[in-house]
Amino acid sequence: MHIAWNWGIFFQPAPFGDTTYLGWLWSGFLMTIFLSISAGVIAFIVGSFFGILRTLPNRFFSIIGTAYVEIFRNIPLIIHLFVWVYVIPEILPESMKEWLFDLEPSFFIFLMATIALGLFTGARICEQLRTAIQSLPAGQKNAGIALGLTLRQIYLYILLPNAYRRVLPPLTSEMLNMVKNSAVASTIGIVELSKQASQLLEHASTPYESFIAVTIGYIIINICVMKTMQYIEKRTRLPGSLGGK
Amino acid sequence: MISLRNISKWYGEFQVLKDCTTHVGKGEVVVVCGPSGSGKSTLIKTVNALEPIQQGTIIVDNVNVTNKATNLAKLRSKVGMVFQHFELFPHLSIVKNLTLAQVKVLKRDEEEATKKALTLLDRVGLLAHAQKFPGQLSGGQQQRVAIARALCMDPVVMLFDEPTSALDPEMVNEVLDVMVELAYEGMTMMVVTHEMGFARKVANRILFMDEGTIIEDTTKEQFFTNPQSDRAKDFLAKIIH
Amino acid sequence: MEFDWSGIIPNLPYILKGMKITLQITVVAVIFGIIWGTVLAVMRLSSIKIISWLAKAYVNTFRTIPLVMVLLWFYLLVPQILSNIFHLPASTDIRLISAIVAFSLFEAAYYSEIMRAGIQSISKGQLNAALALGMTKIQGMYLVVLPQAFRIMAPLLLTQGIILFQDTTLVYVLSLFDFFYQSVEIVGKRDGTYVEMILFAACVYFIICFAASSLVNYIKSRIA
Repeated sequence: MHIAWNWGIFFQPAPFGDTTYLGWLWSGFLMTIFLSISAGVIAFIVGSFFGILRTLPNRFFSIIGTAYVEIFRNIPLIIHLFVWVYVIPEILPESMKEWLFDLEPSFFIFLMATIALGLFTGARICEQLRTAIQSLPAGQKNAGIALGLTLRQIYLYILLPNAYRRVLPPLTSEMLNMVKNSAVASTIGIVELSKQASQLLEHASTPYESFIAVTIGYIIINICVMKTMQYIEKRTRLPGSLGGK
Repeated sequence: MISLRNISKWYGEFQVLKDCTTHVGKGEVVVVCGPSGSGKSTLIKTVNALEPIQQGTIIVDNVNVTNKATNLAKLRSKVGMVFQHFELFPHLSIVKNLTLAQVKVLKRDEEEATKKALTLLDRVGLLAHAQKFPGQLSGGQQQRVAIARALCMDPVVMLFDEPTSALDPEMVNEVLDVMVELAYEGMTMMVVTHEMGFARKVANRILFMDEGTIIEDTTKEQFFTNPQSDRAKDFLAKIIH
Repeated sequence: MEFDWSGIIPNLPYILKGMKITLQITVVAVIFGIIWGTVLAVMRLSSIKIISWLAKAYVNTFRTIPLVMVLLWFYLLVPQILSNIFHLPASTDIRLISAIVAFSLFEAAYYSEIMRAGIQSISKGQLNAALALGMTKIQGMYLVVLPQAFRIMAPLLLTQGIILFQDTTLVYVLSLFDFFYQSVEIVGKRDGTYVEMILFAACVYFIICFAASSLVNYIKSRIA
């Protein structure tokens, strides 16, 4: 199979958007990063909240946490995105609906994609954190109780600092998954990296070059995520633990 | 100081404590021993309500532990406890391990708490390690830190739940030495242990348990020279070579 | 708003046709994914550097790229290869075939990581015992090590199958008429019941996946 490489394609003007093909890729790259960061923040907060909820000695709280996780684990991401864009606005009260539809359409879609992707990833983080908290030795909690600490204090000062350290490695892979999952948002009209790739395939007729360029884009994001997480892991690693100082 | 009256506890169908009654006076050192699974660890954990009980009454320092209205956190802060697996908090430095509950529970200010912590670390011979983390210390050192952590709270009584059984043999004595010293100073202590040397040296009384029942509750002289029950005789024969 | 659920029953033939496509992709991709994934895992653990490097490069590449991209890429690539090999007429609908190929090759990367963990969890003594009995390395692998690894990893392999089943919804980007596309974009759009059909699809996926993962948990408790 012979391929006539044409890397110059990226510097040619794109058919629309008043930019080059490289400009298309760059804007998709930025969109993937924006979407991932904002969804990541939601995922971390919501995941932490429900993860802690699921470990509390209260049946009601743990049922709520379980319901959240099961709903997001058993329904494909694309359907969550469709629900947030097409269904949720329909069932909201009139005033909120108007507010949403008054938004810039592209911002509306970005907002909904962020929420859907954030909640979806949050369900995974919730499970990781719950497992981490439950895998801490029971004696740690007992030692806190024996010292007279309250449950809130035990979580805040003893359980969570250790659970978050344990959760860092799986958190890294959840974040990487989330970056990849952000590509699914192209189905509801977010023009991120993979959407730009398919536009490139359509207009530029240089499939191999386009594919390689986009793959490199994802690799760059992956490396950034991994380096950031490695840095956090290194900074929070305890002296005397495996690999510590 | 500690008074257990007719306490019983079940795990589902299984009864782990059967009608246990005993008393630990101020300044007394009581050693609890018995074969594994006899309920001795469970018994000591009922004293600060880490293990809830279904029947009976527990009074510690004139406070009724079993009363629902009791402020358990306040009571627990006066009852020091040392665990089999140390349970130091791995993410905190040694000195922070000692100050955490002082600041958060007793509301001491940071400076006062640190001063207290350093004094007690000095007392267990580990002042030089104050800024290290638990993972950097040996088991014996960690357990001495755990004792210091409990002492920081100015406890009226100390509970020890098999404090040396997770240690390598060469580290057992450094921990026992600290405990012996504590006993000589007049601390009220309840100790679950198999270390009969320790019991001989400092115990006022011995509780021998089997299958959830306190079978003997006597002076150490009586227990070692003339145990009443066959089960205690068996136990002593196995443990003392 | 008022929901109108009446469109579901009369449209069941369409919806089931979509479900057939979904299941087709899932089943074929699970089978080929596990087989190819196992081969990759064995390659990855090979002592021959180049083989292990190739497997590692394959797995890491597929794990870096979003599935949506892989699907588009294969949609583009497969026709070229197929027409080169089989001289297919240009009009053949290759969307289903390219989706199946893409899913098989993509999921194999994930299955290979599961199998690698499974193989590594079997003690080295097992392979040594097989070698001591006169088996070759390959015999020891597929007669002794792999059966044990499959058993240990069965719950994870099945869970990955459930994930794959959910992932098949992404053939949306190829406009392939799977269950989701058929229900929402065809039936829903035609009848003006878009919202209802999205919720219907969500419920169907939830019921199937929840039942399947409960089954996996049951199997896990039986194995343990």
